[in-house]
Amino acid sequence: MEKMPKWADVVLIPIISLLLATILSAIVILAIGENPVEAVNLMVTGALGSTYGWGYTLYYATNFIFTGLAVAVAFHARLFNIGGEGQAMLGGLGVAIVCLSVPWPHWTIALLAACAASMIFGAAWAAIPAYLQAKRGSHIVITTIMFNFIAAAFLNYMLVNVMRPQGSQDPATARFPEAVHLPTFQSMFSSAENIVFRGAPANISFFVAILACIVVWALIWRTRLGYEIRAYGHSETGAVYAGISPVRITIIAMLISGALAGMMAINNVMGEAERLVLNSTEGAGFIGIAVALMGRSHPFGVFLAAILFGFLYQGGAELALWTSIPRELIVVIQALVILFTGALDNMVRMPLEKIFLSFRKGAE
Amino acid sequence: MTVPAIELKGISKAFGPVQANKDISISVAPGTIHGIIGENGAGKSTLMSILYGFYKADKGEIWINGSKTDIPDSQAAIASGIGMVFQHFKLVENFSVLENIVLGAEDGGLLAPSLAKARKELKELEEEYELFVDPDKRIDEIGVGMQQRVEILKALYRKAEILILDEPTGVLTPAEADQLFRILDRLRSEGKTIIVITHKLREIMENTDTVSVMRRGEMTATVKTAETNPQELAELMVGRKVLLQVDKVPAQPGKPVLEIEKLSVTDSAGVERVKGIDLTVRAGEIVGIAGVAGNGQSELLEVLGGMRPGQGSIRLNGEPLPLHGPGSDGQARRAQHIAHVPEDRQREGLIMDFYAWENVAFGYHRDPAYKRGLFMDNAALRADTEAKIEKFDVRPPNGWLTAKSFSGGNQQKIVVAREIERNPDLLLVGQPTRGVDIGAIEFIHKQIVALRDQGKAILLVSVELEEIFSLSDRIAVMFDGHIMGERLPAETDEKELGLLMAGVAGEAA
Repeated sequence: MEKMPKWADVVLIPIISLLLATILSAIVILAIGENPVEAVNLMVTGALGSTYGWGYTLYYATNFIFTGLAVAVAFHARLFNIGGEGQAMLGGLGVAIVCLSVPWPHWTIALLAACAASMIFGAAWAAIPAYLQAKRGSHIVITTIMFNFIAAAFLNYMLVNVMRPQGSQDPATARFPEAVHLPTFQSMFSSAENIVFRGAPANISFFVAILACIVVWALIWRTRLGYEIRAYGHSETGAVYAGISPVRITIIAMLISGALAGMMAINNVMGEAERLVLNSTEGAGFIGIAVALMGRSHPFGVFLAAILFGFLYQGGAELALWTSIPRELIVVIQALVILFTGALDNMVRMPLEKIFLSFRKGAE
Repeated sequence: MTVPAIELKGISKAFGPVQANKDISISVAPGTIHGIIGENGAGKSTLMSILYGFYKADKGEIWINGSKTDIPDSQAAIASGIGMVFQHFKLVENFSVLENIVLGAEDGGLLAPSLAKARKELKELEEEYELFVDPDKRIDEIGVGMQQRVEILKALYRKAEILILDEPTGVLTPAEADQLFRILDRLRSEGKTIIVITHKLREIMENTDTVSVMRRGEMTATVKTAETNPQELAELMVGRKVLLQVDKVPAQPGKPVLEIEKLSVTDSAGVERVKGIDLTVRAGEIVGIAGVAGNGQSELLEVLGGMRPGQGSIRLNGEPLPLHGPGSDGQARRAQHIAHVPEDRQREGLIMDFYAWENVAFGYHRDPAYKRGLFMDNAALRADTEAKIEKFDVRPPNGWLTAKSFSGGNQQKIVVAREIERNPDLLLVGQPTRGVDIGAIEFIHKQIVALRDQGKAILLVSVELEEIFSLSDRIAVMFDGHIMGERLPAETDEKELGLLMAGVAGEAA
């Protein structure tokens, strides 16, 4: 017998967690002498009050959808991929190489090639920790963290010593040619008299991210591979009984996870910066963990959670811009949301289960 | 009439919507052995946990030696003279017997005086009850039977007058079980009161003075053991007539299906678990492997089922099967028409968080019948599930429930349905009725015999001798990785098998 109805599990718990995080954040804002109502107001108008705000919110959300899906797929195989950050960095390298080395006739072909390259680079970066976990039992959490540092150092080297254009002082690649620039929301949705999303970085990658959600959903719940990944994630001994190879599933799940994390680069590198810079990922790989946790590893949940975190990112930036609330406090608020929705899940869940049980008893 | 040692009056306990104990009253006379029997989930363990202070009853009273007693925790239970021997022993493996007995009952900060005192008391207890154990041996150096004695001594050291034993014979050989009941008999003659929880009818009949039967949280009857019989007890447990003995015609063994030669299995720790065994299973016969748990039977099944590598040779219908490397995994075995009901349905046979219909494909999820284009054909799978639920009487008949929401017996029916309906040439069955209620046991046994009657080969591993006897057409006994001997059920008895299980070789081994 299930302890609570499914809607309570997937809707009520995140909402209550979010409310608690908001209340605590409000108290913190009050404590530093600012008005929390005004702060919330600013965040909402800044992130959602204009197409410009939405353009940023959805841009961030796109990053988080990719990294959130990456973590979610690995979760289904009970693998904790903390290496989304490094895999996304390498994905960026793949995108930069593809965009700079081939004179693409049109952005559509370039996008397909960039997707492929980012997936291959991201997957390759995940492959080594995956192999070490599957064959040698080295814990994936440790190795993927390590690989984030190696990726950062490697990217640093590549940008400073290999890909930096002659004469430039900036550790970044040259700008990508005009032909590979992706259509932004501004160019997609504006008409001559009404310009929307002006200057915002949201671009066509957002729709690629939505497509990725659908593909991941079908993969996990509709294919035999997804069945095997989930079975292995629930019970390794069960998988062995059914003839599902733990080595194979570990490696495949991590390759898919790394590929998804790498794909983030089509948004931030190809769609926004249009060149590869240092620290282009800006911690999105780590936010992906929170997004996957909050989204219950379900693509639709990941999508919603990514929008929420996109809102927090953009709203937070607005807050820092217009008030004396320091930027660090935004990080505190984001941390509170992660804490309540991810780590303190049981704090909300257990009392709620009790309430539901007593209701049920009363109904009998 | 004497004052009862324990009297429970109207005990009720609910867990959420589940009423685990409903208005239960029993009275146990001092100096007797009282059996409590019931199916899994009947509420026996809950009742004993209330008595030992793990749970608090919603309603009801506990009277001990004529006075009303509150038992909020296990400390209070011990103080009231109640001792408990759990099914899974609560011993520290790398402590000595003496240290384990003192653990939690030390007299002060320094260990030496407590140990010295315990050593002296232990000696007295040993002499009084003939409970001999070497106090200086470490727990991991002594056998299971001995470990159980330590648990009993622990309780006696804490001045227990009332001893509760939960499924005490589950891990014992028949000989060890006999010894245990001799000890209990001795304790009874010294005036101790003993409650034994078990699902084995034979133990109840042979050793208890009175017996209480529980069904679905209620106490359905309390009777004098001398005035009842196993058939009646079984009916009281299940609530309807049951066949205790499997009805089957003599086997008609055909050609050999499974031929095992010099099979050895080494586990991941490098310990040799199966040591070069030979065994043949023919079409149309059930070969039962008897043995105390942990003597290599599990590993034998796992190698045959493709779950671990082995050395030696096995042939199926004359064709050699690889024992390691490619072609030796569970998928390959299924392709060779070997079906496998694994020993542990919760960790192996089912994914507990999957729906029943997803579990019906488990292991066969790559079957083309469940495939449509790139995807799994979930509609076909659900239709198949519905048919299997119907045929195997799985309750509740709902494929959209997760495996963990079914009772043990119904979970096992799902596994058995999945494997038997594949119409395999060879069926491997491990502990088919462990944790399964009597009603479902009867059903599962019938299905296995029916498969045999279709001319299929069946290899059965069970630690329940009764099950081995009632199902097998031929019995092989395993001890320490060897097959000690093969017997025909009609030509042997529990005593002889018990000796073989304990490693005493028979004349024709």
